[in-house]
Amino acid sequence: MNAPADIRAWLAEQESKELLRFITCGSVDDGKSTLIGRLLYDTRQLFDDQLAALEADSKRHGTQGEKMDFALLVDGLSAEREQGITIDVAYRFFASDKRKYIVADTPGHEQYTRNMVTGASTADLAVLLVDARKGVLTQTRRHSYLAQLTGIRHFVLAVTKMDLVDFERQAFEAICADYRAFAEQIGVAEWTAIPVSGLTGANIATRGEAMPWYDGPTLLEHLETVPLDADADATKPFRLPVQWVNRPNQDFRGFSGQIASGRIKPADEVRILPSGRVTRVERIVAQDGDLDEAVAGQSVTFTFADEVDCSRGDVIAEAGDPPQAADQFEATIVWMADEELVPGRGYWLKLGTQLVTATVQQPKYEVNVNTLEHLAAPSLQLNSIGIAEIATDREIVFEPYAVDGSSPNRTLGGFILIDKLSNATVACGMLHFALRRSLNIHRQHLDVSRETHAALKGQKPAVLWFTGLSGAGKSTIANLVEQKLVARGRHTFLLDGDNVRHGLNRDLGFTEADRIENIRRVGEVARLMADSGLIVLTAFISPFRAEREMVRKMLPDGEFIEVFVDTPLAEAEKRDAKGLYAKARAGELKNFTGIDSPYEAPEKAEIRIDTTQLSAEQAAVAIVDELLKRR
Amino acid sequence: MRSLTHLDRLEAESIHILRETVAEAAKPVMLYSIGKDSSVMLHLAKKAFFPGPLPFPLLHVDTTWKFRDMYTLRDTVAADPAIELIVYKNPEAEAQGINPFDHGPLHTDMWKTEGLKQALDHYGFDAAFGGARRDEEKSRAKERIFSFRDKNHRWDPKRQRPELWSLYNVRKAKGESMRVFPLSNWTELDVWEYVLREKIDIVPLYFAAERPTVERDGLILMVDDERMPLGDEAPVTRKVRFRTLGCYPLSGAIVSEARTIEEIIAEMLVSTSSEREGRAIDRDGGSASMEKKKQEGYF
Repeated sequence: MNAPADIRAWLAEQESKELLRFITCGSVDDGKSTLIGRLLYDTRQLFDDQLAALEADSKRHGTQGEKMDFALLVDGLSAEREQGITIDVAYRFFASDKRKYIVADTPGHEQYTRNMVTGASTADLAVLLVDARKGVLTQTRRHSYLAQLTGIRHFVLAVTKMDLVDFERQAFEAICADYRAFAEQIGVAEWTAIPVSGLTGANIATRGEAMPWYDGPTLLEHLETVPLDADADATKPFRLPVQWVNRPNQDFRGFSGQIASGRIKPADEVRILPSGRVTRVERIVAQDGDLDEAVAGQSVTFTFADEVDCSRGDVIAEAGDPPQAADQFEATIVWMADEELVPGRGYWLKLGTQLVTATVQQPKYEVNVNTLEHLAAPSLQLNSIGIAEIATDREIVFEPYAVDGSSPNRTLGGFILIDKLSNATVACGMLHFALRRSLNIHRQHLDVSRETHAALKGQKPAVLWFTGLSGAGKSTIANLVEQKLVARGRHTFLLDGDNVRHGLNRDLGFTEADRIENIRRVGEVARLMADSGLIVLTAFISPFRAEREMVRKMLPDGEFIEVFVDTPLAEAEKRDAKGLYAKARAGELKNFTGIDSPYEAPEKAEIRIDTTQLSAEQAAVAIVDELLKRR
Repeated sequence: MRSLTHLDRLEAESIHILRETVAEAAKPVMLYSIGKDSSVMLHLAKKAFFPGPLPFPLLHVDTTWKFRDMYTLRDTVAADPAIELIVYKNPEAEAQGINPFDHGPLHTDMWKTEGLKQALDHYGFDAAFGGARRDEEKSRAKERIFSFRDKNHRWDPKRQRPELWSLYNVRKAKGESMRVFPLSNWTELDVWEYVLREKIDIVPLYFAAERPTVERDGLILMVDDERMPLGDEAPVTRKVRFRTLGCYPLSGAIVSEARTIEEIIAEMLVSTSSEREGRAIDRDGGSASMEKKKQEGYF
C-alpha cells in the first residue's frame, strides 16, 4: 500500500465512489448500536485509541461483561451513556469497496419518533432490526411506517442475534413470513431480509460459516447495490429553488441554488415561478470553468439570457413542465415540540427556500403509529402524526412529497414549521396535494384601489389595535378616541370585542384555539375596512403576541398601531366593572385571561398607556396626538 | 449516466449550507484556524460565491502560540485582496501572559473559548462557520449543522433543533448566535481526498520533515520557537508530521515518512490512532470532555 502507484490506483477508486445514506431503526435491545459498531469495526473505521477508550468505557458502563461493547462507541452524549439509551440522532461514517456511507443512528422508543423521522428524511434505505428471539414487534411496524412515510423505498429486515437462536433457519423464516404480511398491508414494495449476528459478525460484512442455508447477500453486499435516490432525482423534471442572488457588480447577475431534480444545460428553456416568466439558461458558472451540464444534487450558479426578475424563494423549473403553486394543502404533519399544535395560529413554514406564514386546521385525524388506526384529535402533541389542512398567507411553489415508483420530492414537498416567538422547529410535514378550492379561487383584480378609497376620504388608513387585560379600559379609551377623530372629520369604525362576539364570532368560545380564530377574523375584517380607507379601532384583549403579529403582517407597513392599555392585574381586578374577575376567581369562568390563561404583554407597542397615571380622557388625547403625528 | 461521486455530493451540500447561512444571517463570519479543514472550508466558500468575493470576513482567534508555519500561510491567504481577515487576541490573556506551559487548561479557556466569544460579541457576528466534522469526536456526531447558542454562547444538547432534509431553520432571537458546520458530514479521508483533488494549499507541517522535538507525557512536541522551556532537555531531531494543528506546545506530532498527500493517505489507511489523539485538549475530564467544553461555548 505504501508504493505511490498502488495508492494512486486506490485513490482513483475512491474518487469514483458513490454515497449512500441510510438509517438504522430499532431499540438498544435489538443490538442496533452493536450492528453499527460491527460495520465500523469490520470495515476498519476504528482506530486503536478509539478501541482503547472503548475498552475502558466497556468496563465502566458496558453491558457485555468482559467483552467489547460496540454500542458504547456509537452512543455519544454522556447522559446517554449513563442511561444506556440513545436519545438523539447520531451520524456515522464508513466505506466499502464501492460506496461511502452515512448512517443515521436513531433511537427506537416511541417517544423518539421525531428523531427517527429526522434521520429518515435524508436516507435512501432503512435497516430495520428485529431480535431473532422476539420476532416482528409493534416497534418494527412503527419503524416501517415512519420510514415509508418519509419516502424511503428500500428496506432491509436485519434479523439480529441469530447466535442466540442457534443460527436456525426456521426462526428466520418465521419472522420473514410475519413481516411479509405487514409489508403488504402498508405498501412496502421492496425489502430484503438478512439473518445476522453482531457478536460474530455473520452476514454483516462477511458471510461466516454459521448459516450455510442462507444464500442471499450480506448486509454490506446489499448496501453496495441498492439504487440511489439521487439517480432517480436526476430523471425527473428540472427544479431549482433559488437560494441566493450573486451580484458582485453591475455586469454579473447569477442565481445560485442546489438542483432538486432533473438536469440542465446552457440554452435550455426554463420558467421562473411563481411569476411564470420564461427565459433561457445562458451559462452555468463555476470557478474551474463553465459547466456543460449540471444534474440533481449539484450546487450551481446560473445566468439567464434575459434580464428577468428572480430572487430567493423563487423556483426555476423546466419551462414545459413546471410545478404548481397554491396556498391551501393537505399534508401529513409530525409534531416535534413539547408545546402542542395550536390550530389557527400562524407559524413560519419553510419549504425549499420559501418562507411564509401558515396556519394549520384542526387535524382530520391522528395516526396511531403502532396500530395505524385513525383517531380523532383536536390538536397534535409531541411525536404525534396527523393529517391536516394547511393554509399559507401567499402561494408557494410545491410538489407532492410522495411519488409512486420514484424517489420522493424532498425539496419541494417537505417543509418545517417554526414557532414565531421561540424560533424552535416545532413540526415537519409532507405535502399531499393542493386543495381544489385553492386552485379555483383566483384573486379578483379590483380597479378601484385602496389608495383611491383612502384619497376619497382624505386620510391615511390605520388600525389602532387596543390590547390589554379585561377591564383595563380598552373600550372606554377607544370610544373616546373615536369621538375625537370623528369630531375632526375622520372616517372611522370601532370593532369592539363584546359586540363582535354577539355576531360574526358568536360560534366561538374562549379556548386558546377559539381565541386565535376570533382574532384572525377580526384582523381580516379590520384589514378590509382599512382597504376601504377607514381608520379602524379594535378593542380586544388579544392576549397572544403571535396573533397580534399575524394581524400586523396582514397590513401595509406602518398601518398597524398597537396600543397597549397597561393596567396591572390587581388594578383591573379591583375595578372589575363586569364582575368577571370575581366569577373567574370562583372558578365559574374558565380560561380567563390573567387568572388561568396567560396575557403576553406587547414588547414594542407603538403606544403604551399607563392607566394608573393617565385618565381615560388624557389617554385618548395622547393617542389622537400620536396618530395625527404619524400622518 | 454517471452518478455524482461522494466528494461531489459533499461539496454540493457544503456549498448549500454556506449559501443558506449568507442568505439568512445578518452578519456571518468564517472561523479560520489555518488547519486543513479551514483550508477546505475556505476553498468551498470561494466556489460557493464565485465570481463574487467572499461575502463575509475570516476570523482568526489567535492564541499567539500557533506554529510559525501557520502564521505564514495565514498571511499568504490574507494577501488576497478579495479576502478580509480579522485577527483577534483576548486582551486579558495577552496582558496576563497566559501560556500553555504555566496555565494548563486556562490557556485554552482564555485564548480560545473566551477569545472567540469576545470576538463574536465585539464585531456582532451572528453566524460563525467552523470546520468541525462529525467523525472527529463522539459529541460532535450529534451536533447539528446549524448549532444554536444562547446569549452566553452556550450549547444545550437537549434543545437542539431537528434538522430534516436539507432544510435549515436559521431563525433566532436578537443576541443569539449560531455556529454553522459545513463540513459536518466529511470524514478525515474525504478532506484529504478533496485537498488532493482540488490542489488546496495547506500548512507544510502536515508533511513529514526533520524537526526539533521533545517528548512530554507521551506526546512528541515540536520546539517551534525559543519560548518553549527546555531546562536541561536537548531537542531531538525527528522526522515527524502533524495530523491536526493547534497551539504548538499542545499539538502532538507523529513519526512519519509521508511527504505527499498520497503518502499521508497511505499512512492513514494503516494508522492505528485517530486524529484527535494528538490533541492534549481532549484529554482533560475524560471521555465527556469535549461535550463539556462545547456547553461552555467552545467551538
